Amino acid sequence: MTKEEADNGRDDMVIDVPGQANAVPDGFNANYLRIYYGKLFPHADMFKWMSYGNDGKHPGCDKSYFGRREFSFTLENDIYIRFQSFNSVTELENSIKEKCPFKIDIGPVYSVDPAKRHAYAQSGDNVFTPVERELVFDIDISDYDDVRYCCTGADVCLECWPLMTIAIKVIDTSLRDDFGFNHILWVYSGRRGVHCWVCDGKARRLTNEQRAAIADYFHVYKGNENSQKKISLPGLVLHPFLARSYTEVLKGFFEAKLLPNQNLLASEERYEKILEMIPDASVASELRRRWQENKRASMSKDDINIVRWEQLKSILQSGKQKMQGLRRCVEEIVFSYTYPRLDMEVSRHMNHLLKAPFCVHPKTGRVCVPIDPNNCDEFDPTTVPTLSQLLEEQNRGGLRQDAENEWDRTSLGESVAFFRTSFLQPLLKSCKEEIENSYNAKLQQSKNDLSW
Amino acid sequence: MEVVQSHRKSSSNNVIVSILPLYRSAPPLEVRLEDFEFFAIDRLRVLKGISDGLCRGKKPEEMEKLVLDLWKANMRHPQAVEEVNKDIISHFVLRLVYCRTEELRKWFLSMETTLFRHRFRRGSSEAQRALMSEFKLPYKAVSNAEFESLKDKLGQVARSMGQTLAAADAIFYKVPFEEVPDLVAGRRVFIHKGHAYVAINQVVSLVVTQFRSYLSKALILTNRKWTSTIREQEKDRLTPIVEALCTSYLGPDYSQQQEFGEISIKDIDQVAKTSFPLCMRHLFEKVKEDHHLKHGGRMQLGLFLKGVGLKLDDALAFWKAEFAPKVSAERFDKEYAYNIRHNYGREGKRTDYTPYSCQKIISVTPGIGDHHGCPYRHFSEENLRAALVRMGVSSRAVEDVMDKVHNRHYQLACTLTFEAVHGSSCDAGINHPNQYFIDSQRVLQSKNGSVA
Repeated sequence: MTKEEADNGRDDMVIDVPGQANAVPDGFNANYLRIYYGKLFPHADMFKWMSYGNDGKHPGCDKSYFGRREFSFTLENDIYIRFQSFNSVTELENSIKEKCPFKIDIGPVYSVDPAKRHAYAQSGDNVFTPVERELVFDIDISDYDDVRYCCTGADVCLECWPLMTIAIKVIDTSLRDDFGFNHILWVYSGRRGVHCWVCDGKARRLTNEQRAAIADYFHVYKGNENSQKKISLPGLVLHPFLARSYTEVLKGFFEAKLLPNQNLLASEERYEKILEMIPDASVASELRRRWQENKRASMSKDDINIVRWEQLKSILQSGKQKMQGLRRCVEEIVFSYTYPRLDMEVSRHMNHLLKAPFCVHPKTGRVCVPIDPNNCDEFDPTTVPTLSQLLEEQNRGGLRQDAENEWDRTSLGESVAFFRTSFLQPLLKSCKEEIENSYNAKLQQSKNDLSW
Repeated sequence: MEVVQSHRKSSSNNVIVSILPLYRSAPPLEVRLEDFEFFAIDRLRVLKGISDGLCRGKKPEEMEKLVLDLWKANMRHPQAVEEVNKDIISHFVLRLVYCRTEELRKWFLSMETTLFRHRFRRGSSEAQRALMSEFKLPYKAVSNAEFESLKDKLGQVARSMGQTLAAADAIFYKVPFEEVPDLVAGRRVFIHKGHAYVAINQVVSLVVTQFRSYLSKALILTNRKWTSTIREQEKDRLTPIVEALCTSYLGPDYSQQQEFGEISIKDIDQVAKTSFPLCMRHLFEKVKEDHHLKHGGRMQLGLFLKGVGLKLDDALAFWKAEFAPKVSAERFDKEYAYNIRHNYGREGKRTDYTPYSCQKIISVTPGIGDHHGCPYRHFSEENLRAALVRMGVSSRAVEDVMDKVHNRHYQLACTLTFEAVHGSSCDAGINHPNQYFIDSQRVLQSKNGSVA
């Protein structure tokens, strides 16, 4: 298809493939994206989200708010443009449709419009600075390569994806129960991980230091390929956060799922990794001896991993163990395999850019759809709609004029609906209240100031 | 604050009557010019004492006792109001003195914060609460009912840190978690729905952080005011006092050797290599080389050795032996012994002379054939570099030292040398060659594993 034809037929493009009227071959390219941004990407919802209630309807609204938000686009050929800003949903939409970015990142809200930043840098008082930014987290399954044997690197399957699921559970619960946050959006990153956007006003206004503190609160796994012991849980008991995570999520998952599915104790190579974590060499030797003896013997019908794990637990947790390091050894093993491994750097700084939800991942073609934390067990990364799939669905839908939204004809509709009802609407309601209260408080204040 | 020259007593109107002032604003008091200086000197003794204690690595309990002893010795007044006045006035005077350079500010901030910390800890809980509300810290005391319901979790947190929840500790404060990032980061508090539950001992660090942050900003402002108006305005009255205050030596005079007891002649060679500051090393090397030292050098080195712990008999033997190739025993007894005995207070008016401080040493100008004075001031760059390298200072550290020398910060140059040679920091800086020696011995002893 020539560019001319593409331009002319842009709005109602149906991609012709001989043999199948509606089939859209797999792939990721500018043409597909153009249709996606033209018809499916939820510009208006993204705008409403990023406006946080500052839609101008209330006198307390800050009309400059949306315009001070940084977006960045990665264009075809890896051209990267930063400090994009827009003053209205139309500007945002038109720019995306026109530039057709392969990736859209969202940055902070700055003190002034990013487009005007150079004008302010001169004054030397650092007037161009981030003032608000969601608290964000990034969890990537490739950080778990040392504990999953089914895949490595960028691959993900249903055996190892549950590591992401439990990470969501642990962090989401803590964000709500411990930190008191309410407006939390979890998003599939499109390939091998998840992102978390905490959007409460309190979260957006956190300083870098406070963000680092929260990241450190969650920081338990401290390993790299060189360190042997990556989890250390000193103290007689665990902090309530760790204890809750262990009993409510990690222990069950490890024993019922990860252990048998990844065969963590079935072979020498794999059980050595666990034996290495036991600080008492004699205990480790005892277990090693037992397991080497039982290599060939026919096991009971119980899974060998589970049998061996029970043996390990019973030695380590028996009352005989006095050694300090052994007290928490079982928990440490479980934590080292299952505890969420966050990318600390992403969360620490306000100016860190993070990929926008509903983008399409260039390598997989999958859309970055929201994940329901209350139902994250059900989420299946292998069935997330792809770009080509959506276009195909959209073709099948025909050219009906009556559908309110294009995406409702496709699998994307479900995601957008979820985004709206579970996240956007409650968030906007809360934002409006905040704007109103703040406005009324200011009015009251000025009344007080005037009265003598 | 008004400084007056008459002998009127200072008025006690409008005095802040909290026991521990926060030094928020200069009080409307009248101060006599003499008091202006004397109060400051007394407070300076306290701060320098704290500095000394920190430099020697005293433990927190020891520091607390030291602080209170220093305060009692220098700042007490039978009338509480007078004591508070002196407290506040002396603080503000020292602000003027110590606002003028980055290094001075850093030192003053560090000492005042330590002073504040220990005085706050010792205050009654009502006093503490009063101070917290002055800082507008949004801390609410946890009600008994709430405490009961959270006791288990709070106990868990305590035990996770290796502590217990004693009944005395059952005072907890509830505060938004953003206010206590350090505690959150270390999982040292229980947090629930955005509130952190802070134990009383943790409250201290938080209050201190506030104090420090406030004082840090105040010092910058004071510096601006000083440079722009005060220094010029007061050039005939307060400015000379202020400028002299910071360099006056108020520390221990090392006339009595302290913890390291005696040094005998056979030890001198060894400790000269490891623990003498450059000025004394140089003199010592020259004595060995030339078998002679002129008067200035004999005084500077001789008194130093006395402070280090060399007894009179050993001193006589030392000098006699060193001078032996050039000076016969009878001539030594006739011409040199008397002066040495004089230094030790055994002749004439029996003054036990005190070893020279850095200030004094820097102020002398050695003549031809002299080797005393401060090498950082008087050595050529080439000679100084060579001398530092011989002391074992790394080439990068030599650059840092030379930088200080070029800016005429000779004591800081010596401090950096100390730090480079010993591999440990000396926060308070070097003010006296005997201090260098004692600190050096302390570092070396602790490295050798023996308890200092």
